[in-house]
Amino acid sequence: MSQQQPQIVQTTGHVWDDDLQEYNNPLPSWWLMGFYASIVVSIIYWLIYPAWPVGKHFTTGFSTVTYVNDKGVEKSWHWNTRSQLMKDMNEAEKMQKPYFDKVAATPFEQIAKDPELTNFVNSAGKVIFSDNCAPCHQAGGQGKVGFFPNLTDDDWLYGGTYDKIQETISKGRNGYMPAFKEVLTDTQLDDLANYVASLSGEKADAAKAKAGNALFHGDAAACYYCHDNSAKGRQEVGSTNLTDKIWLWADVPGQKTPEKKVEVIKQVIANGLNRGVMPAWETRLKPDQIKLLTAYVYGLGGGKK
Amino acid sequence: MEANDAPPLYQKRIPIFTRSVKGKFRTFKWAMLALAFGVYFGLPWMPWHRGHEAVSQAVLFDLPGRKFYLFDLVVYPQDIFWLSLLLFIAGALLFFATGLIGRAFCGYFCFQTLWSDAFIAIERLIQGERPARQRLYKQPWNGEKIGKIGLTHLLWLLLAFWTAFTFVLYFGHAPALTVSFFTGKAPSVAYFTTLVLTLSTYVAAGWAREQVCLYMCPYARFQGVMYDPETLAVAYDSRRGEGMAGRALARAGLKTREERRASGHGDCIDCKLCIQVCPTAIDIRDGLQYQCIACGLCIDACNNIMDSMGYPRGLIRYDSEANLAAPMPAKPKLHWARLKIIGWGVALVVMTGALFYSVGHRTSLDAAVSQVRQPLFVILSDGRMRNRYQIRITNKAVEDETFVISAKGVPDAALDLGNFREVLVHAGKSLIVQASVMLPPEMAEHTNSLEFVITPKHKPDQAVTLPTRFDSRHEE
Repeated sequence: MSQQQPQIVQTTGHVWDDDLQEYNNPLPSWWLMGFYASIVVSIIYWLIYPAWPVGKHFTTGFSTVTYVNDKGVEKSWHWNTRSQLMKDMNEAEKMQKPYFDKVAATPFEQIAKDPELTNFVNSAGKVIFSDNCAPCHQAGGQGKVGFFPNLTDDDWLYGGTYDKIQETISKGRNGYMPAFKEVLTDTQLDDLANYVASLSGEKADAAKAKAGNALFHGDAAACYYCHDNSAKGRQEVGSTNLTDKIWLWADVPGQKTPEKKVEVIKQVIANGLNRGVMPAWETRLKPDQIKLLTAYVYGLGGGKK
Repeated sequence: MEANDAPPLYQKRIPIFTRSVKGKFRTFKWAMLALAFGVYFGLPWMPWHRGHEAVSQAVLFDLPGRKFYLFDLVVYPQDIFWLSLLLFIAGALLFFATGLIGRAFCGYFCFQTLWSDAFIAIERLIQGERPARQRLYKQPWNGEKIGKIGLTHLLWLLLAFWTAFTFVLYFGHAPALTVSFFTGKAPSVAYFTTLVLTLSTYVAAGWAREQVCLYMCPYARFQGVMYDPETLAVAYDSRRGEGMAGRALARAGLKTREERRASGHGDCIDCKLCIQVCPTAIDIRDGLQYQCIACGLCIDACNNIMDSMGYPRGLIRYDSEANLAAPMPAKPKLHWARLKIIGWGVALVVMTGALFYSVGHRTSLDAAVSQVRQPLFVILSDGRMRNRYQIRITNKAVEDETFVISAKGVPDAALDLGNFREVLVHAGKSLIVQASVMLPPEMAEHTNSLEFVITPKHKPDQAVTLPTRFDSRHEE
C-alpha cells in the first residue's frame, strides 16, 4: 500500500440506478490555498488600481502616475493608461535627447557623412514628418500635383539648400500667381499656354508658341517678371521653373493628348494661384526638431546645392 | 449519509520522508546532479576572451543589446530560427527517449527532480535518516525541532537564493553584477527576478516536490501516452515476486528461495523499502503508475535486498510490459527497431544536422533591400526617372566592418548613395543606407530590375547580392 493513494478509489457514496457511482478524486488542498491567494491578490489590485464603479465615479486606487505635459507642467493622476503613456513618452524623449542634441550640434554636411546620425535623422525624421507634414505632402513626401509640391524630386521652388529648406519649414511660404483672364484675351492665353508647353519639350503649335514667346517677354503679360527671362523661375519669389519636366500646378503628365496638356496650362494662367500656402512651423516645432526635419527632407530628394 | 462521513473535498498533502539508498541509479543521479549544478552555477563565472571587457563572459544574454553570447557564437534576434530548431530537437529527443526508455527525463534530468534531490539531501543532513525525520515530524514543537527545522529551511532558502541569483547572472557581467547586487545598485528587475525565483525554487523543491509532478507538470502527463508495450520502464516482476501464494515476509522457514518455492511464495519479502525510497511514495508493485517518475531508486533498494537475501537481482528492473507478459520473459533489451523510435530518431538527426549546418554556415553579414514605394518613382527636372531604396546592413561579426555598396544592371553613375558608398557598421549593429538610382527615360523603359551588391571589405567572399525592382510607370 502506498502512503498516499488508497488502493480502492473513493466514491462520494452517491448511487443511482443501482450501480452508477461517482468517483471522488479530491483536489490537493494547496490548490484551494492558491484559489484563496488569488482572491487576496485581487483585493490588493483593487487598492492599487482603478477598479469599482461607485455612482458616477469609481474607486481610483492609491497608485499615481506623474508626467510632464507638453507645456512643461508636472501633472499627477491616479493610475490610468493615458497618463502612463505620457510618462512613457517622457522617458522616450529623455532617451532620444542625446541624439537630438548631437544633430543640433552637428553641421548638416557632417550629419550627411555620419552613417549612424543619418540613420537617426531618417527614423526620427519620418515620425515628425508623418505627424506634421504628411497631411499635405503625403506619407512619402511625394506631394500631390495641383496642390502640394513633391519633395522627392530635384526641383525646389524656394531653393533646395539646407538653409533654404530650414527657412521654408520655419517661416512658411506663400505662393501666388495673379489671374490673367481679365487682362489677356482668350487667344493670348492660348498662345502663352502653347509657349509654356513648348518650353519643356511638350508638343505645341509653333506659331502660337511664337506669339506666346512675345507675350511672355513683353509688357502685356510680363511673365518674365516673376518667371525670369530664362523662364527657369526665380527662387527668391518661389516662381516655378517652366523649362523642366516637373509640373506642380498644371497636371500636364496626367493628360493624354497635347491639346489637353495645353488646356491645363491655360487654366492655370487664366485663373492664377493663391493656394501655394505652407504654414510656418517655428511656432509649433522645437528648433532641434526643425533642424532634424530639414536634414530628413533634404535626404528625401537629395536636396540641391 | 451523515455529514461527517462525507469524503473530504480537498486532500491534505501527506509528507514523504524518503529513505536514502545506495546503488547504480543513485550514483548516476548524484553524478547528474553534480554535472547539472556544476554547469548551472559555474557557467556565469567562466571567462571568455572576446576582445572587450564587457562581454568577457562565456555565456551572456545581453537583453538590452539584443545579443546572446554563447562561447564563440553571438546569436542575434535574426537567428530566432535556431530557437525553433532547438525546441524541435528538444521535443523530438523527449519523445524519442520516452518511447525507448520511458520517463528518463523526469527521473534523472528534470530540474524539479534535481533541485528536490538537493533539498532532500540538505533535509537528511540536518534531520537525519527517514525514521529520525518521521519522529521529528510527530514530536511537539520544542527547541530541537525548531532548531533542526529552522536550519533546514534556512539552508533551503540559501540554495534557492543562490539558484535565483545565478539565473540573474546570465544577463549581466557576473562579477560586476554581483558587486552592484550586494551594494544595492543593481537594476530593480534583478532584485525582483531573484525574489520571485528564490520563492518559487524554495516552494517547488522544499514544499511542493512530487506535487509538481502529480498536479502541475504537463510533460509528466503527455509522456505517459508516449509509452508502448515495448518501452522499457521501471517494473516489478510480479510473477517472480508473488509466486503462487503471494509475497511474504522472510520469516523462519521462508528464508531461502527453495523454501519459498516449496510453500508457493514469490521472491518479494515485502520489506517495503521500494516504497520508502520512492520520491512520490508509490508502490511500484502495483504496476506502472502515472506518479512514477522513473528515477530507478526502487531498483537500487530492491537489488540491495536481493543481494542480502542471496536472491538474484532484478525483481524490480527496467523491463517492457510486453516482455513481462510473455510466457518466457527474455533478458530486457532496448526495442529500438520500431517505426516510432526510428521516425523520431531520424527527425532528431536531421534537425540536429540542420542546426549545426546553419550555425556553421552563418555569414557575419545580414543585408536586405526594400524599394521605397511612396512614391514608386519620380521624374526629375531633366526627365530622368528616379527609384529609391533602403538597404539594411547588419554586421553580425564581433569586430567592426566596412561594407562597399555597388549596383549591377545599371551604370555606376546612375547610383547615388550620398556619402555612403563605403559604410562602417559597428560590431553587432544595423544600419540603413538610402540609395537612389536615376536612369534616362529610354533606359528606364527597358530596366525593370537591378541588383545591389554588399561586400564586406575584409571578407569579400561573403558578399551578398540583393535583387530588387526598378519601376518607371504604374502598371495599368
